[in-house]
Amino acid sequence: MSILEFSHVSYQYPSEDFDIIDDLSFSVERGSFHCIIGVSGCGKSTIFRMTNGLLRPKSGTIQVDGAPIEGQKRYCGYMPQKDLLFPWRTVGENVALPLEIMGGYSRAQIREQVEAALADVGLAGCAGKRPEELSGGMRQRAAFARTMLTGSELLLLDEPFSALDFLTRISMQEWLLEQWQKHKKTILFITHDVEEAIFLSGSVLAVTHTPIHTLTEIPVPAGYPRTRECLARSEMVALREDLIGVLRKQVQP
Amino acid sequence: MKRANRGNLPALIFLFALLMLWQLGAMEVNAAYILPTPLQILQKLWELRVILFTVHLPATMTVTAIGLLISVVLGLGLAVVMDGSPLVQKCLYPVVVASQTIPTTAIAPLFVLWFGYGIWSKVLVTVLMTFFPITITVYDGLRSAKTEMSELLETYGATRRDIFCKIKVPCALPYFFSAIKMAVPLSIIGAAIGEWLGAQSGLGYFSRRMMTQLDGAGVFAPIVLLSAVAMLAVALVELLERRVVRWRGES
Repeated sequence: MSILEFSHVSYQYPSEDFDIIDDLSFSVERGSFHCIIGVSGCGKSTIFRMTNGLLRPKSGTIQVDGAPIEGQKRYCGYMPQKDLLFPWRTVGENVALPLEIMGGYSRAQIREQVEAALADVGLAGCAGKRPEELSGGMRQRAAFARTMLTGSELLLLDEPFSALDFLTRISMQEWLLEQWQKHKKTILFITHDVEEAIFLSGSVLAVTHTPIHTLTEIPVPAGYPRTRECLARSEMVALREDLIGVLRKQVQP
Repeated sequence: MKRANRGNLPALIFLFALLMLWQLGAMEVNAAYILPTPLQILQKLWELRVILFTVHLPATMTVTAIGLLISVVLGLGLAVVMDGSPLVQKCLYPVVVASQTIPTTAIAPLFVLWFGYGIWSKVLVTVLMTFFPITITVYDGLRSAKTEMSELLETYGATRRDIFCKIKVPCALPYFFSAIKMAVPLSIIGAAIGEWLGAQSGLGYFSRRMMTQLDGAGVFAPIVLLSAVAMLAVALVELLERRVVRWRGES
């Protein structure tokens, strides 16, 4: 069964005179890892912001787990580009936010879950630190731990690594794949980095036109678990060049 | 700590130089009834210490404290309701600004007529001068909360109350401390002006009485005391701020 399903969804920003998302339908299988790739400003993030309920579609329905998202709560974990760790809270207090908002947990239960979540992302013992004491990669891992504590099956990650330096980024990509395989979540991941999309996805969902009518699904010819070596294989290189070609057509230099 | 002290040294030397200049200039003019020397002022302060510290300082501090308290409550209240509702903001903001165009010193004698020579006319002057910076600064602080942060909490299912407590209040806190640091000296000035215009005790009142006696040093002595108290109070607020707000400077 598909965990997320868009049917005939349209969205128009009040300041624009066209639908940036125009009659879009697609579905995502439970447990899959897809990257949505497209040029800047094509409306990728709009898809996420409608899925998590921050924007309401003009028409069409969005279903998660077979039920419309209206009336559902905490059905997806959203992680924006910036880590958005609150500087006035310690790392542990930041990670505890989803639990605090849900309510119904005792202090001890919260502490226990936070410790476990931090240990899981390799930040054991960092709960008492201030966010500014962490490096960029550690901050993103803390933000990921916070997203995990929403308890949702569906994770929406909006360019989470784009602000990191190259070496940190590739090790975070490997790390994210490990996390995904361990927790069996469904991940939708927005990026405009072709290599990142190919390395992470089971199949890439490419935005080939703006406004977005369809997401073109392009399977990646590699299985999991995978390492970066697979990127050097000829079919992967060909796919990368293809994708770059498709995206470049949409960019006027 | 050592480095901080070294940082203060130039300031102290500069202050001392200014005082020296004043001292020499005043000695040259030699008219203590209008331009007393710093030493004469200190001397006066010492002579009058009993009455200044037991009668007039407590009177002024009472007005300041009550005025400041009312201003903080009023300022925070206005800031919160203006942040909560755009309609209220549109209605209140111009009124708040207009209240600052009132030349307080000019109409304060009216307050004395309305509220008498007691404490409340002075408190009103203090509040009028003090609530404004608190309102505007705290309002800006509440506005400074980033929408991205609120949106993130919304995806966790947060209510308006959650967002207010977990984002707006912490964001506004550094602004609140700035507001208080501005408000403390203003409230002291407010109290002194109120007393200057009509009172039976207080440092402002005392300063005015000395003026009628053409005692220049006596005019300055309570003012020096007021400045010292204001600096002390601001230093205390800063100390408190450093304990509460550890994240200032990081967005």
